[in-house]
Amino acid sequence: MSDLFSTLFLASLVSGGVLVAVPLVFAGVGEAISERAGVLNVGLEGMMLMGAFGAFAAAISVDSIWLGLLVGGLVGTATSLLMVGLCIRLNANQIVIGIAITLGAEGVTALLHSANYSDTYPRLPKAGVLDIPLLSKIPVLGEGLFSHHPSAYLAVLAVVAAWWVFKSTGIGLNIKAAGDQPHALAAAGGNPRSTRTMAVMTTGFLAGVGGAHIALIGAGLFVPAVTHGAGFIAIVLAMLARGRFGWIVTGAILIGISLSLTTAFQLVGVDVPIDAVQMLPFIMILVVLSAFGRDSYLPAALAVPYDPESR
Amino acid sequence: MTDVATPLGDEGFGSVDEHSKGLSQHAKGRMNSVLMAVLPVFAAVACGGILLALLGRDPVSFYSNVVDHGLLGSLGRQESLIRMAPLLLIAAGLMVAFPAGIWNLGTDGQFVVAGVVVAALGPELAPNVNGLVLFTVLFVVGFAVGAAWAVIPAVMKAWFGMNEIITTLMTIFLGVSFSSLLVKEFFDDPSTTVPQTKVLAVEDRLPRMFGSRVHIGLVVGLVAVLIVHYMMTRTAFGLRLRIVGMNPAAAEHAGMNMRSLTLSIFLLSSGFAGLAAAVEIAGVDGMVRAEWNPAFGFAVVPLVFLARFHGPSVVLFVAAFSSFSIGGESASRKADLPNYFVLVMVALMLIFLAISEFLQARSKNVVKDE
Repeated sequence: MSDLFSTLFLASLVSGGVLVAVPLVFAGVGEAISERAGVLNVGLEGMMLMGAFGAFAAAISVDSIWLGLLVGGLVGTATSLLMVGLCIRLNANQIVIGIAITLGAEGVTALLHSANYSDTYPRLPKAGVLDIPLLSKIPVLGEGLFSHHPSAYLAVLAVVAAWWVFKSTGIGLNIKAAGDQPHALAAAGGNPRSTRTMAVMTTGFLAGVGGAHIALIGAGLFVPAVTHGAGFIAIVLAMLARGRFGWIVTGAILIGISLSLTTAFQLVGVDVPIDAVQMLPFIMILVVLSAFGRDSYLPAALAVPYDPESR
Repeated sequence: MTDVATPLGDEGFGSVDEHSKGLSQHAKGRMNSVLMAVLPVFAAVACGGILLALLGRDPVSFYSNVVDHGLLGSLGRQESLIRMAPLLLIAAGLMVAFPAGIWNLGTDGQFVVAGVVVAALGPELAPNVNGLVLFTVLFVVGFAVGAAWAVIPAVMKAWFGMNEIITTLMTIFLGVSFSSLLVKEFFDDPSTTVPQTKVLAVEDRLPRMFGSRVHIGLVVGLVAVLIVHYMMTRTAFGLRLRIVGMNPAAAEHAGMNMRSLTLSIFLLSSGFAGLAAAVEIAGVDGMVRAEWNPAFGFAVVPLVFLARFHGPSVVLFVAAFSSFSIGGESASRKADLPNYFVLVMVALMLIFLAISEFLQARSKNVVKDE
C-alpha cells in the first residue's frame, strides 16, 4: 500500500483533478451569474456542448487552441440567445427551455459530428502547458497545480472578476436586484430584462469556454455528449455556492479530484470500484449540506419571468 | 391566475380558470388549444426538414419513414405503446409534484436504482411464486425503492428548506453510480461477460395483451395518470397540494402540515418513478447492465409542463413523443443518421410550443382588455 502515496499517484491526482475542475469552474461561475440575475439556466450542459463543438471545429481548421476557446465562448453566447429570446423576452418556462436547449444541443452537435468527422475522428495535438516559474517546481503538488494550459489560470481570473463585479460595482448590484426584486429594479430606473439578458449571455460565453476546454484540452477531440454531465454538476455547484464564488472553486476541485481518483489508482495498479469513488463528492456535499447548509438562500425571483405588466 | 406567484413562472394549474369559463367559450378554448398544439409540431417538422436537407437527406422520405414505423406499422406501433408505459408512470409522479411546487428533477436516479433492485429480485423470486405474487412484489418493491431514493432530498426540503432542484439532481449522479456499483459488485451474473444482472425469463415477464407484444404495463401507466388527474382535480388532498404550490405561505397559515405534505408529495412522485422502472424491467428489459440510464425522466419533464399537468393531455403528449422517438429511431437508421436527430426534433417542438404559448397568452390578454 506504500504505492498509494507515491509521488506519481499524488501528482496525477492533483493534475487530473485540476483538469476536470477548470471547465466546472468556468460553467459554474457562469451559472452563478445567471442565477443571481433570476434565471435558472438548465440549458448549461447544452451551451457547453455547443461551445465544445464550435471550439473543436475552429481549432481543427486553423490549428489554434486559443481561437478555439474564443469560438467556443461565442458559440455558447449564441446558444444562450435562445434562452434570452424565449425565457426573458417571451417569459417561457425556464426549465422547459433549458431542457430543450440541452436536448437540442446534444442532437445538433452529434449530427454535425457525424456529418464532418465520423469517418476520420481527427484528434488535436496535446495542448501545451505553461509552467509557472518556481511554483511549478514545488515537489509533488507543484506540477499538479502550476503546470497547465494557460486557460486554466483564466478560470481563476474569471472567478476573481466575477467576485469583484458583485462586490464592488453597480452592474453587480443591478444583477442581484434583477434576481431578488426585479420590479424594484425597474422602479429605480434599471431594466431587469436587459440586465438578465447580459447575465445570461455572459453565462453562455463562460459555459461555451468551459465546453471548449473539455474538448480541446481535456479530451483533445469531440465525440457526442463529450461534456458528460459537467453542465449539471456545474449547476449543482453554483446553487450550493449561493453566490460565493470561492465555494465553486472548492467544490469543483473536490469533484475533480474524486473523478480522477480512479485514474490515479489505476496508474499505481490499485483496483477500486470506480462507481463508489464517483459517489464520494456527492455524498460529501450532502453531508456538508445537512450539517451546515440548512438555511439555503436563493434569489427570490429565481426562475420567475419578469413581466413589466404584471404589477 | 396571473397574480399567483408559482415558484417557476406562470405555469399555474390550468383548470381553475377553465372551470370559470362558459361552455361555448370552453369549447372555443379547446379548439384554440388543439390548434396551438398542432402548429408548433408543423413548425418543428418544417425546421427539422430544412436541417435534413442541409445534411443531404430527403426530408419527405425521412418523415414518411417516421410515420410508417412509429404509427402505421404494426410492429412500430406496438413498440411505441410499450415505450409509453414507463413514461406515463414517471409523468404521473411529476403530475403530483410539479403542481405542488416540488421540483423533483431526480426521477432518473429514482428510476435506475429501483430498476436494479427489481432486476436483481425478479429472477430469484420467479421460480418460487406465481405471476400475480411476483408482479405485486416487484411493483411494491420498485415503488418503495424509488421513494426511498428520494428520502434525503425530501427530508432536507421539508425540515431545512433545502432547494430540491440541487438535491434531486445530485441523487441522479448518485443513483447511476450506485446502481452500477450494485450491478458490478453484488448482483452480477457471472455467466455473462459484461456486468449485468441475471435475466428474468421471457415467460416470467408481464402478460401481453390482445395477442400483441404490448404488455399490461401500458394499462398500469394509463390508470396511474388518470387516477392522479382525478386526485389532483377532484379531491381535497389534490386541492391541498395545489394550494401548497400556488402559495406556500397561505397554505401554512391555513394550518396545513407542510412537512408531512412535502414528504408525501416527494415519496409519491419518486415512488411512481420506481414503479415505472419495475414495469420496464418486468415488461421489456428483464435485466439491467452497469451504467444503465435510459434518461426517461428527463424527457418526461417538459412533456408534463407542456400538458399543463392535465391528465388526458399528458397521455397525448407521451403517446406522440413515444411514437416519434420509435419512428425516428428507425428512420434515422434508414437515413444513416445518428439517432440524435430525434433529440433535435423534440427540442424544436418544445421551443415552438413555448412560442405558441406566449402568443396564446398574449391573445388572451388582448381579449381581456377589450
